[in-house]
Order: sequence, then structure tokens, then C-alpha cells
Amino acid sequence: MKKLDSSLLNMVLVLTCVAVVMGVILAFMNNLTSTPIAQQKEKALADGIKMVMQADDMTVSRIDTLRLLDNKNKEQVFVVYNNEKGAAVESTTNGFGGKLRVLVGFDTEGTILGYTLLEHSETPGLGAKADKWFQEGEKGCIIGMTPSTPLTVSKDGGQVDAITASTITSRAFLLAVNNAYNAYINQKKED
Amino acid sequence: MNYLNIIKNGIVKDNPTFVLMLGMCPTLATTTSAGNGLAMGLATMAVLMCTNFVISCMKNLTPDKVRIPVFIVVIATFVTLLQMAIKAYLPQVDKELGLFIPLIVVNCIILGRAEAFAAKNSPVASLIDGVGIGLGFTLALTLLGIVREILGAGAVFGYAFIPEDYNILLFVLAPGAFITLGYLIAIVNKLK
Repeated sequence: MKKLDSSLLNMVLVLTCVAVVMGVILAFMNNLTSTPIAQQKEKALADGIKMVMQADDMTVSRIDTLRLLDNKNKEQVFVVYNNEKGAAVESTTNGFGGKLRVLVGFDTEGTILGYTLLEHSETPGLGAKADKWFQEGEKGCIIGMTPSTPLTVSKDGGQVDAITASTITSRAFLLAVNNAYNAYINQKKED
Repeated sequence: MNYLNIIKNGIVKDNPTFVLMLGMCPTLATTTSAGNGLAMGLATMAVLMCTNFVISCMKNLTPDKVRIPVFIVVIATFVTLLQMAIKAYLPQVDKELGLFIPLIVVNCIILGRAEAFAAKNSPVASLIDGVGIGLGFTLALTLLGIVREILGAGAVFGYAFIPEDYNILLFVLAPGAFITLGYLIAIVNKLK
């Protein structure tokens, strides 16, 4: 077969056809994968809540969405998943590479039971280590602490060891935890 | 052309990373560990096979003056398909590499092979070329990842065997990527 000429008609026709065909393929695939993707997200959240509450079986009794102003008057959104052991609080700060979304579990006293990273864009091998670094038995363990006085890294005079070479990520993470604690306490006062 | 030769060319003579020096951005960015390098290489290989095949199939239907936009639309489609599939069925991979998958669209290896090979050869040969170049890229990325992970994190594919005190953090960071890549290019070109 001879190659098509680069006439205006041919070019417009070919480009349009290619774009339409590819668009249809993408729409089909999107339709196919949108349910599994949504399920994955839900499952990740449900697993996350169970994990940070250190419970195999629990029910979320109430979900509150709090909108608080931070000290720069910017609105921050917190989602509090209340359950029989306390609450799992979702909190977002800006990490080194972008949004850092953390889920922290508190018991009714406000003691940290566990945490997990829901979303982050930290440097692999450095800031991304935050998912393990602050867990029980690791170097920067925060489990069992109560952020009634805000948690800070040791470089800032605090009691938590920052991730090696990732102080910015560590600060952002602890800020998210502190904010989550404040949101939870705030919400309890209102109850 | 002999198919085995095409594959060998992709891995040795035309290795995209060590010889053609294409696609340096994902090469440097994703090889912080052997596993990441391998996953990125395989993802690129999957896209490259599909795009090479499809572009070769429609090479006679593509007017010369609009070939680049047509290629890019095809490439972007396959990358998006891959991204959706990974998000839906491999959430673990998505967590590690999610950020880099869309960047495969602008990986010059893919457009380069479309131009240099698929637009001139038969669909089957193009598919084989995709396998060869893809394997070459995967091998290079994995090798780079292994070296950086051993020196930087004291581990291979996540299995640590060197105590943390002896890790050289530099190799996980960007400068380590450049140093490792430079040495590997020198060694590979000496051996070749």
C-alpha cells in the first residue's frame, strides 16, 4: 500500500480518526477500571483505619469532617472516623514532595495508637521511609505518645528522631499528627 | 531481518540507556532501588511493545507531516491504559511508581523507536524491537537500581545485608544516580 499524501484533508481526517478511536478505547478502559480503583481506595482506607486503631474488628460509628483555620488563616480539612476505641483522624500537610496525607489513630485519651500514610510524594528511599520510621520499635517511634504538647523533631528540641536526611518530611509528618490531635480534641470538646 | 538479532541489538548494540542514552530522566529518577528500576523497565517495555506494533500497523495510513502528533496520541493512550490498569489491579506498584508512570509518555525511547524503527519496519519486527529495547532498558534500570540499593541502602530487592551504619546515603540521592550511571556507561562501553 502506498503511503497517504500529506494533503490537508488526509491530515485532518487521520488525526481526527486516531484521536476519536483512542478516546473511545480510553473511555472503555476507564469504565472498566473505575469500580476496581474506587474499591481499592475504600479498602485502603478501611484497612488503614483498622491498622491505626490496632484493632482487627471495629465499626466506625460516626464520620465527622472538620474545617479548622490554621495560624496562617488557611482552612484545613480533617476527617474524624469515630469508633469504639477512640478515633482515626485524617490530616493533610505539605511534605517535601507534595501533599502528605496521614491517618492517625487516637484512643479516647488522645494517645497515639498507630498511623499510616494514605498519600505522599516523598523521595523514595528517604522521606518515603516515613511509613515505617515512626512505627512501634523503630527509631522515631511515636506510638504511645500524646501530642498535648506538640511533637517536634530532636533538631527542633523535641523528643522524636527525624528520618535521616529527611528533616522536612519528618517535620511535615509531625505537624500532621499534631494537627490531627488538635482536631480530635476540638471535636471531643464540642460533643 | 532475524528476530533474534533485533532482540540482541536492543539489549547490547542499541541499548537505550548505555548506548543510545535515551530516556535519562526516568533512568535517574526511578532507580533508587532494584525493585523500582525493574518495575519501571517492565512498564516501559509493555508500552513500547504496544506502541511499536500499533504505529507500525498504521504507518501507511499516517501522512508524514502529522506523524509525530499521531504517534504521541497513540503513546499517550497506551500509557494512560497502563496507568489505569496499575491503579486498579496493582495498588502496591502504584504507590511506589505512580508518579512516574505518566512520564513514560515523554520518554524519548518510545517516540525514538516509533520514528527510527516502527515507521520503517513490519508490525511483527516492530513488536520484537519493542521487546529487545524494552529488555535492554529493563536490564539497565535494574542494574543501576541494584548498584544504588547495595551502596545506598545495603540491600538488594529489599533484603538488607549490610548494617545501616555502612550505607552511603548519597547513592540513593540524585548525585548517586549520576555517578553510578557514569561508571556503568564506561564499564559497558569498555566491555562491548
